[in-house]
Amino acid sequence: MILATVAFYVFATGLIAAALLVVSARNPVHSVLYLILAFFNAAALFVLLGAEFLAMVLVVVYVGAVAVLFLFVVMMLDIDFAELRQGFMQYAPMGVIIAIVFLFELAAVGGAWVLTPAITAVENPTPAGITNTEALGHILYTKYVLVFQAAGMVLLVAMIGAIVLTLRHREGVKRQSASVQIGRKRSEAVELRKVRPGEGL
Amino acid sequence: MSAAVDMVQFNADIVTMMPEIVLGCGAMLLLLLGVFAGDKHSRAVTVGCVILLLVTAVLVVGGPDARTLAFGGTVVVDGFSRFTKLLVLAGSAIAMLMSLDYLRDEKLTRFEYPLLVSLATLGMMLMISANDLIVLYVGLELQSLALYVLASFARDNARSTEAGLKYFVLGALSSGMLLYGASLLYGFTGTTTFEGIAAALTRDGAGVGVKLGAAFVLAGLAFKISAVPFHMWTPDVYEGAPTPVTAFFAAAPKIAAMSLIARFIFGALGPAEGVWLQIIAPVAVASMVWGALAAIGQTNIKRLMAYSSISHMGYALTGFVAGSQEGVYGVLVYLVIYLAMTVGTFVCILLMRRNGEAVENVSDLAGLSDRDPTTAYLLAILMFSLIGIPPLAGFFGKWYVFLALIHSAAEHPWMYTVAIVGLITSVIGAYYYLNIVRVMFFDKPAAKFEKPLGLVNSALLGASGAFVIGSVVVLAPLIDAASAAAKSLFP
Repeated sequence: MILATVAFYVFATGLIAAALLVVSARNPVHSVLYLILAFFNAAALFVLLGAEFLAMVLVVVYVGAVAVLFLFVVMMLDIDFAELRQGFMQYAPMGVIIAIVFLFELAAVGGAWVLTPAITAVENPTPAGITNTEALGHILYTKYVLVFQAAGMVLLVAMIGAIVLTLRHREGVKRQSASVQIGRKRSEAVELRKVRPGEGL
Repeated sequence: MSAAVDMVQFNADIVTMMPEIVLGCGAMLLLLLGVFAGDKHSRAVTVGCVILLLVTAVLVVGGPDARTLAFGGTVVVDGFSRFTKLLVLAGSAIAMLMSLDYLRDEKLTRFEYPLLVSLATLGMMLMISANDLIVLYVGLELQSLALYVLASFARDNARSTEAGLKYFVLGALSSGMLLYGASLLYGFTGTTTFEGIAAALTRDGAGVGVKLGAAFVLAGLAFKISAVPFHMWTPDVYEGAPTPVTAFFAAAPKIAAMSLIARFIFGALGPAEGVWLQIIAPVAVASMVWGALAAIGQTNIKRLMAYSSISHMGYALTGFVAGSQEGVYGVLVYLVIYLAMTVGTFVCILLMRRNGEAVENVSDLAGLSDRDPTTAYLLAILMFSLIGIPPLAGFFGKWYVFLALIHSAAEHPWMYTVAIVGLITSVIGAYYYLNIVRVMFFDKPAAKFEKPLGLVNSALLGASGAFVIGSVVVLAPLIDAASAAAKSLFP
């Protein structure tokens, strides 16, 4: 038990430190890297709570897709971050107000937790004896399989839509054709020239 | 829950949803065909999609007779779903056939068009079979997403892209409202299935949370049928989208959303009649009134049809206001007739082309009776039918919903007011329909249209005209089917 507590504090400290560094780092690439670190720490906290499915989703979706996308955007787009940062301080009072609101809400939730112990005994939806990934799989591929597949169709439509609305076949663009590449003969590709010493071609 | 799955039940569930599964898999196969064959073969893909819809229709007809629940009660198949699914499939197939010539003339021939229509149809079929808030939402999104893309299908046309963007942004807003309502309903009743919500309402009564949730869900659904006050997107989207797409928007998605509303209010909110009635009744009245008044000033015929569809959805909703089996049956008959009239009218709008581009003003129809008397007379008959003049089909549509309303008014006298408003707005609406007839027959002839209708569109116009004129004869079997379908909604 003591080990779990130690692990919790390690990951929680890591998470908060990484989150602070995300907003305070000067280099935006570093910010994104700290964001990935924060995601990993949060995933570890989920594992400690026994929600390993959420932990995996967090790593796969947020680290694997969202953060990498951020990284691409930050590195590919030529954004002048120094300019973006100008006037940062004038928004600070607003930020402080929002932070105070969050603090009060957090206090309200925590207060309810302390005052009414009944709600801490939330029913555990995972059946005994199986992991929550397995439990989710049991309903996702039986009762909700139709919706699951339909959600896949929604993504397919989104993909078709993106292609229909944006793809334009331009003329004069060189494309790779494996069969042409493989079908090349030596006579077409290599030319033997006699080069005399001291002269170029 | 046991780890072992009941395979017998699972297989039965799959058989129940076979039409949807076949449609989804078929659409994916045709997508592969389209990708490998390219846009040159898009006509083949279109034909393939029409055949796919036909096969799906056959499977729908062969579905179970009795009310069958599948996948843990999240979807339901019954006589009502069969009737409306066939209607939606017909609307989608017609929309594909109608578009062939137009897309060729506008150089928009791309194989994705019939596929997006097919996938939208899959979403509509899920909506019709939905018996659960999650299925409701996923079906609705599948449908809407495909429709957003279709609206901006003419991507080099600024109006088309504007239509798509507007539809997308407002559609996302309405989805948000629907989801918010669904989460409230789930929070206050503890379940997402319609039966569960109905049971919770019977047990606990309708509290504020449930009322709010129902209001938000109905607002999201009202957006999809473009009922006032959620209609703002309709004229712009109808005007900007390519004409066959507009024709598709006007028919199939409306039918699917109407049947979803029916299942939601009579299934989930059945025990709390007062809750949905005080939302649906004002929406119906407002749609009838605003659809009739706002159309008067329109010069663009697609915008005019947008307001026409708003008012027609208002008339159809009055059938739900009646709140009886008879009312639902009136709505079903209304939707069939509305589909037939819409198809015919939009085929005539497709005819309107000059100098290689589509013209869309009412004034462009001037003197059509001299140049193309057959089309002019058919369009005039369709306009008379849209007004609701007996013995044309449109009259029977209104007759059955208003009759149901009058019968229910014996218990709720205020329903007489709704019926009277409906009659008055029908008279107001007659002005702009008759104006089109006047322009066609009495105005100085404008220049000729580029070319006559193609074979497919002529056949569609002929069928629509024949249905509208011969409605006295053709409606009899239809009325029996609609009656049986409505009965299955009230077990």
